[in-house]
Amino acid sequence: MSITREDLIDFVYDEARMLDEGRFDEWLELWLEDGHYWMPLDWKQEDPLHVTSLMYEDMFMLRLRVQRLTGARTFSQKPKSRCHHVLNRPFVDEMDHEAGRYVTNTNMHYVETRLDDQLLLALTAVHELKLVDGRLRIANKRVDLLNCDAAFGNIQLLP
Amino acid sequence: MGRYTDNPQAVAALVRGREVHRDVYVDPEIYRLEMKHLFANAWVFVGHDSQTSNKGDYFTTQIGDQPVIMVRHSDNEIKVLYNRCPHKGTKIAIDRTGNTGKFFRCPYHAWSFKTDGCLLAIPLKKGYEGTGLEEAEGSRGMKAVGAVHNHRGFVFARLAEEGISFEEYFGDSLSSLDNMVDRSPAGRLEVAGPPLRYMHQCNWKMLVENQTDTCHPMVAHESSAGTAVQIWKEMGYTEDDPKPPAMEIIAPFMSPYEFFENMGIRTWPNGHGHTGVHHSIHSKYSEIPGYLDALSETYGAEKAEAILTENRHNTVYFPNIMIKGPIQQLRVFIPLAADKTLVESYIYRLVDAPDELLARTAMYNRMINAPTSIVGHDDLEMYERAQEGLHVDGLEWVNVQRLYEEDEDFDEERVENGTTERQMRNQFNAWVKFMTASMQGKEAAE
Repeated sequence: MSITREDLIDFVYDEARMLDEGRFDEWLELWLEDGHYWMPLDWKQEDPLHVTSLMYEDMFMLRLRVQRLTGARTFSQKPKSRCHHVLNRPFVDEMDHEAGRYVTNTNMHYVETRLDDQLLLALTAVHELKLVDGRLRIANKRVDLLNCDAAFGNIQLLP
Repeated sequence: MGRYTDNPQAVAALVRGREVHRDVYVDPEIYRLEMKHLFANAWVFVGHDSQTSNKGDYFTTQIGDQPVIMVRHSDNEIKVLYNRCPHKGTKIAIDRTGNTGKFFRCPYHAWSFKTDGCLLAIPLKKGYEGTGLEEAEGSRGMKAVGAVHNHRGFVFARLAEEGISFEEYFGDSLSSLDNMVDRSPAGRLEVAGPPLRYMHQCNWKMLVENQTDTCHPMVAHESSAGTAVQIWKEMGYTEDDPKPPAMEIIAPFMSPYEFFENMGIRTWPNGHGHTGVHHSIHSKYSEIPGYLDALSETYGAEKAEAILTENRHNTVYFPNIMIKGPIQQLRVFIPLAADKTLVESYIYRLVDAPDELLARTAMYNRMINAPTSIVGHDDLEMYERAQEGLHVDGLEWVNVQRLYEEDEDFDEERVENGTTERQMRNQFNAWVKFMTASMQGKEAAE
């Protein structure tokens, strides 16, 4: 099977739709086991480990985050938040068929709402994808918020 | 002018031993008085001197509602100046950090000031000849705060010209800060990156009280820490298996009441105190290879061991910071309104210690205290629900009487059961003291 630009772009759109529709278990299945979801705190941050990030989560933390959302005593999710991604067409920055490695760069507006509050974030998501057993998977995802250094209230779902 | 202005009796009556009146959290007049009196009379954290390591480096922040600049002067001392041009009021510095060289220059009319605030030059100065400029407030340069003290890199300021000394204000409570700094083989910390900035629609004191509230973790954080423990078991591990760093950090939040009762709470005079006298949620972190050796080289094996055996959990420095010595974190609860608080969470690098320690510290900060943190989410939910709930009329007092004793004397250092609310009462005792210290009518009230 050979991956086309269209496949990569569809993948990014499908992932955002899973998050918006709350299909989190399906979303977790997209990930490779050693992947990380990184949301830097600083503009153009290079080091995820030795300065603070907003998120730098491995699969254990992502599973925990997703499972918590459905818990009976998850007080900050009573009532539940809802989210919405609006995507620009993703740029395909790297296509390495030999290694089965692909990188996309996508500008998005992300809206999260709960009760009377609604938050709008502008962000750039970089997906590092790998072709494993004929299927595209997320090897790593980096989400840079345009206002990463601003003070936020709760951001509870996944931008 | 309202019920509380220049009325120290009315302010003192808001705190009555076992309970405090809701006005301390919701009343805008009380908030304004806190800014005018409490945050002027107390010693308030400004920043760490590694944020301004070179001459001319500055950092802008606020003490209460007063915008200030922390700057390293040409003599290498740290100065704290009000961030206001004495001419028209323009904030001199607007960046969060920067280097201003040898002087500040106001961007509006180019009045310039040395980094200790002294007026350096005014363009077209002849226009002021014969106008009596030397008598004007504006000619005295940028105003400095009342007093500044740098304790092993941590810079505190008192806005008031007169008042309690740094040593008397903090006393033996500095042992927590000292332990945090001693954990560096070089005896020195350096700030690591920018702080998390987390906005809360609640009163600043709720956050400070929560730092020594040991009866909430297993309840409010069951959704995160409890789920983590459950997933860990489903993966086939037991309590005693070695845990990855994330589990080491989050699992202890689910410790039973007994664990928190036995950890102990210590209170010091002037509203300071800490949880984790005997052990804490930080006690069982795994050893980082090479660290103990590096520390022993500096201090000798015995003292190095003693430094690491001290595992204080949260130390509150009244009025508005908390530090975690074992993981080199400092959180500052910046009051913006009666119902609005900005929390900034800083982390520090232990100079000459292995980087793995800093990695754990950074992980703790983002996992527990970020606006994206699954632990922080439930804390913020509780504070904001309380801020709204406190508007209920007919139930106007907040209860702080767990393990209350008659005739508590907050001027003496005490160690108590780890679930006592004595530290919250200690904070309110100090709150009355520093709120009313400079109020008119104070003498009449005594």
